[in-house]
Amino acid sequence: MTPSRPQFTPEQQAEVRRLQGLYPDPQGALLPVLHLAQDVFGYISEEVEEYVAGLFGLAPAHVHEVVTFYTMYFREPKGRHIVSVCHNLSCHLAGAPGILDHLRRRLGIEPGGTTDDGRVTLLAVECLCACEMAPMLQVDDRYEGNLTPETVDRLIDQLQ
Amino acid sequence: MSQSAAEPIEPILTRNFGRPDSHTLTAYRETGGYTGWAKALALEPAAITDAVKRSNLRGLGGAGFPTGTKWSFVPKGHAGPIYLVINADEGEPGTVKDRYLLERDPHALIEGMLIAARAIGSRLAFVYVRGEYVAPWRRFSAAVREAYDAGYLGRGLDVVVHRGAGAYICGEETGLISSLEGRKGWPKLKPPFPAIKGAFGAPTIVNNVETICQVPHIVNRGPEWFAALGTQTQGGTRLYSVSGRVRRSGVYEASVGVTLRQLIYEHAGGVTGNGRLKAVVPGGASAAILRADEIDVTMDVDGLRNAGTMAGSAGVIVMDETVSIPDALRVVARFYAHESCGQCTPCRETTGWIYRMTERIVEGRGRKEDLDTILDVARRGTGTTICAFYDGAVGPYISYIEKFRAEFEALIPHA
Repeated sequence: MTPSRPQFTPEQQAEVRRLQGLYPDPQGALLPVLHLAQDVFGYISEEVEEYVAGLFGLAPAHVHEVVTFYTMYFREPKGRHIVSVCHNLSCHLAGAPGILDHLRRRLGIEPGGTTDDGRVTLLAVECLCACEMAPMLQVDDRYEGNLTPETVDRLIDQLQ
Repeated sequence: MSQSAAEPIEPILTRNFGRPDSHTLTAYRETGGYTGWAKALALEPAAITDAVKRSNLRGLGGAGFPTGTKWSFVPKGHAGPIYLVINADEGEPGTVKDRYLLERDPHALIEGMLIAARAIGSRLAFVYVRGEYVAPWRRFSAAVREAYDAGYLGRGLDVVVHRGAGAYICGEETGLISSLEGRKGWPKLKPPFPAIKGAFGAPTIVNNVETICQVPHIVNRGPEWFAALGTQTQGGTRLYSVSGRVRRSGVYEASVGVTLRQLIYEHAGGVTGNGRLKAVVPGGASAAILRADEIDVTMDVDGLRNAGTMAGSAGVIVMDETVSIPDALRVVARFYAHESCGQCTPCRETTGWIYRMTERIVEGRGRKEDLDTILDVARRGTGTTICAFYDGAVGPYISYIEKFRAEFEALIPHA
């Protein structure tokens, strides 16, 4: 949940300053700080964009432009878990469409959607560069490959 | 000068991959780690660059540019900071090798960076890891901490590990620089080239992970040894990522002079599906496709260029006769439409348009002029954009249709 006025804790603010100090220009830390903001606030709302812009002395429009350019920043509340199914060529050849269909039915949502209980957001994504284990998906930080409908079911069962 | 590519070669980049602790400093040192760095410390920077030139090492991220030559573009006697940037934004469809190196031999990258930084006069290096690579990022970051604790880093070279946030275009070196500077990953007009004016306005050398992992071996065992592993115009081995319809998909190290046939039938164990090869993409999605009768080519930069395609990132994607080429092009076209950064009009507009045409062809709604329209607009855009992304997309658009036209026409009513 994003509070209406997002605010990092003093420790998080110190981390922001540490990250900014790593780069010849503090703006180099914008992507890492947005990752931190997403971890802390759940997603990057307009209020978070404005808050982060303030930390860098940047225009909120610049931060908005960056947030909307990259696929890993969420601009709306997301599920507690992100399941990203690769649908690029090697995974496609290995049966990714069937894996994605299985997840659609199992979760009752289309790619881009989140289950009603807020447990899972399902995405179809471009190559995650794990073609040797195709078909594969990413669940949160983890890569899982050589998928079958059965192994996908077990993965989903384990998500709280 | 080159050995037969058919001869098995000693593993170099992969020599530690079998050890479960291969990512640790202890394991790396036990197998000769950081001895290349010790030798490089006794060499003048120019002598290191010269050795890399003589080794015929060429960039292994995709462009295949001679690495030592690239290093020599840094202005001599430059007074301000010079940056080394490692491109670990692996994203070319079909390519997995840099993930293996980050996870299984992170100290090889650090040692290579120490040597490269000495050669170009850099005291600060950035490693740009694609955002989705969380486990490789953690693994590599832990190795960097070990290298600081052991005193390899922090005494002349500092390393910042930077995470991307999901954008294929950031694998393009100037898009990567824009992203590293805290912007959207729009590629920059060249000139000025990054070696003159790169990250944060300073001279910058951007090298791929695998390229830099080769450097300690070149210093350790000599440029002549490295050059002899490859072909006349490209030295060494490289990591081939083989996927698609093969028995054993995976990462294989072989000479840059190995043939595509050897990779498919010897390393990867042959074709699955109906067992008969139809087509293969030899160097990542952006490489033009080859037919089954075109696989007796060597995989070096010049060998594949002469075959009308490119070595690229050495991502080999194999298709058997049961694969629909129009459907494969639809999948690839969707990728380019999604990943076009939107900066240049020909790329932004054409990638989406071509995707929509391939989609309707596969769905049986194609128009009889669609194939010629795709070929025409693809050719018109070539060479008109700031970066190589669009020309990379054109490789598959044209080659899939030209080499398998009848298969497309069969899907189009009244074609």
